[in-house]
Amino acid sequence: MNSMVSTIFISIGVLFNLFGCIGLIRLPDVYNRLQSATKCVTLGTCSILVGVLIHSGFIDIGVKALIAIPLLFFSATVAAHALVRGAYHAGIKLGDKSVKDDYKDAVK
Amino acid sequence: MRILALFILTFIFWLLLTLDFSVANLVAGAAAALVTSLLFAKYFFKKVVKFLQPVRYFWLLVYLVIFTWECIKANFDVAYRVLHPAMPIKPGIVKIKLGLQSDFARTMLANSITMTPGTISVDIIDDELFVHWIYVRSEDPEVYSQKIAGKFEKYIKKIFE
Repeated sequence: MNSMVSTIFISIGVLFNLFGCIGLIRLPDVYNRLQSATKCVTLGTCSILVGVLIHSGFIDIGVKALIAIPLLFFSATVAAHALVRGAYHAGIKLGDKSVKDDYKDAVK
Repeated sequence: MRILALFILTFIFWLLLTLDFSVANLVAGAAAALVTSLLFAKYFFKKVVKFLQPVRYFWLLVYLVIFTWECIKANFDVAYRVLHPAMPIKPGIVKIKLGLQSDFARTMLANSITMTPGTISVDIIDDELFVHWIYVRSEDPEVYSQKIAGKFEKYIKKIFE
């Protein structure tokens, strides 16, 4: 039973990581690519870690997987913020489909 | 007082990370936690009293449930946009008024926004948070502030302020 549930979680995780990678290729500009890179890949990896926790139970490997989840959350969000802000200040334009840019007036 | 709070937190983290209760490991963990807390206590925890108020932990649990649900929704939303042949995106950077004062609460709000449907926080300048949105649903600042930050802001206020 446990191994079945953990296999389901790990499969969902791999699937979302795949969606994230497809997004990296398909989406038009760096800002949208980061959206898919942070969201899909973070949930995918968290799902894999939950699968590992269910598979191994509350022994050292499982607990390590559990505390890796908040660490991953903080590092992924902070990295995404730093990359977006860095890209904007390096002068990379928003894609052609963009409809609004409030930040332009603020940085000047 | 601050040093003690950070020491307890880092020591618990060490125990979870190693999960080994032998004396040698406990001593090594205590030493590492002591050095860390002496070096970094001045950057964290403006008011240690907040740790001793149980109602904050209750709201933290409520917040975690809501946040997990939003996060799962975010993933299906982005996956849908990525896989749809026509790619229904309408990106833009919008400006949101912040109602929170402390630095830590603002950090948590920005992180939560990054993990929810199609938004990444870009920068905070004074009292305004700039957010990149993959699908700008409305032009009205009131409406989108409520949509992006409103849900989390009231819980984060109860937990961290």
